[in-house]
Amino acid sequence: MPACLTETYSVAIEIGGLPVCLRTDSPAFLRLLEERYAGFVNPSARPEFEFEVDLVPRGKISEEDDVRVRFDSGTWSFERGDFRAEWLPALRRGRIRQWANPYSIDAVLRIVHTLLLARQGGFLLHAASAVRNGRAFLFSGRSGAGKTTLSRLAPPDVTLLTDEISYVRPQSEGAASGYRAFGTPFAGELARVGENLSAPVAALYFLAQGPENRLEPVPAAEAARTLLENILFFAEDPELVKLVFQSACEFVSKVPLHRLVFLPDSRVWEMIR
Amino acid sequence: MKNPSINNPYIARSPMVAARLLGGEMMIMSAVDSTLFSLNEVATAIWQGADGATRLEEIVRQHVCPEFDVEPALATEDAEGFVAELAAHGVLLVSDQPISAPAPPRESP
Repeated sequence: MPACLTETYSVAIEIGGLPVCLRTDSPAFLRLLEERYAGFVNPSARPEFEFEVDLVPRGKISEEDDVRVRFDSGTWSFERGDFRAEWLPALRRGRIRQWANPYSIDAVLRIVHTLLLARQGGFLLHAASAVRNGRAFLFSGRSGAGKTTLSRLAPPDVTLLTDEISYVRPQSEGAASGYRAFGTPFAGELARVGENLSAPVAALYFLAQGPENRLEPVPAAEAARTLLENILFFAEDPELVKLVFQSACEFVSKVPLHRLVFLPDSRVWEMIR
Repeated sequence: MKNPSINNPYIARSPMVAARLLGGEMMIMSAVDSTLFSLNEVATAIWQGADGATRLEEIVRQHVCPEFDVEPALATEDAEGFVAELAAHGVLLVSDQPISAPAPPRESP
C-alpha cells in the first residue's frame, strides 16, 4: 500500500472509506482540489491508490466525446474529451492527463469507485441520499426527477449525503438491509458536497413528481430495471457488467423499495422516517 | 453458434449473460452490450430448459406444454420465434449439435 507522502502537493481524498491520493506539481491545482473535496480530504489516511495528475494546457485531450473505460493487460484506461487516465490496480497507481479543472478529476474518481464497488457488490447511483434518525434513505432518478428539489426541502434533522450521486456498499454490521450509504462530494444542482459520513440503508425511493405525496409499491423486476438505469457504470467489461447486474438484483431483493410521488413541498419528508 | 434457422435445434444459455428471477420475472442482461431483457413465464421455462443438451421441441414438450396447457405444435412455433430473437442478441446459443460450452446457471441464487 503506497503511503501518501505529506509533501506539499499531495492530497488524499477519502470517499466511502477509500482514500485515493492525488499528486500534482501545481500548488494552485492542489488548492482547487482541497476546496472542491473539502470534507473528504483526509491528511492522515494511508491511500489505497495513488494518481499522478499531469496538467496540460486547456484543449481537447481525447477524441472520445463520451467517457470510455477499457481494461487491457492489467491496465484500465479511461478517456473523454477533457481527460485521459491510466490505472494499474495491481500496482495501486495511475496517471491522469487533464487541464486544471475539477470536472475531469471528478469523472476519474467516479470511474475508479464504480470499478472498485462492482467487485464489492456496491455501486454509485443517480440518487440523492440523506440520513435521518441514524438511517439512510436514497432518492433515485435521472435529471429532473426531483433529487435536488427533495434535498432542498429536507428539514433540519436530516443530514444530506449527496443531492446527486449516492455511494452504496454491502455492509451487514448494523444494517437490516445489509447495505450502507456513504456521503459523496459529487454534487448536483445544489452545488454543495454531501456530509462525509455513512449510515445503514433503510429504503430506496424512485422519485416521481405528482399532484400529491404518496408511496407506491414497485414490483421487483421493475425496480431492478429502474435501478439498473440509474447505476453509474462505464466499463466495457463483461465480467463487471455481470457483477453490477447481480448487485442490483441483490439490492432489490433486500432493500425496501417504493415509488415516491411527491409535491414540491416539505410535507413529503413526513413520509420519510 | 447463432443460427436460429436450424430445425429443432439444441439451445443453450450464453455464458455472456447474467440472469436472475425476480418476482416471477426472469431478468437477463447481456454482458456484451448491457442490454436488459425480461422474459414472460413461457419464455422463462424455455430459458431454464436451455441446457445445451436438449432439443427445443423436447424442452417445449417437457417444460411448456404441461405447465401452460398448450398444443406442442403451437408452442414450438412460438418458441422458435422467441429463440431466434434471443439468439440474434447473443443471449441464447443455437446449434444442430449438443452445446457443451459452459452455460451460466439458470438463474443466480
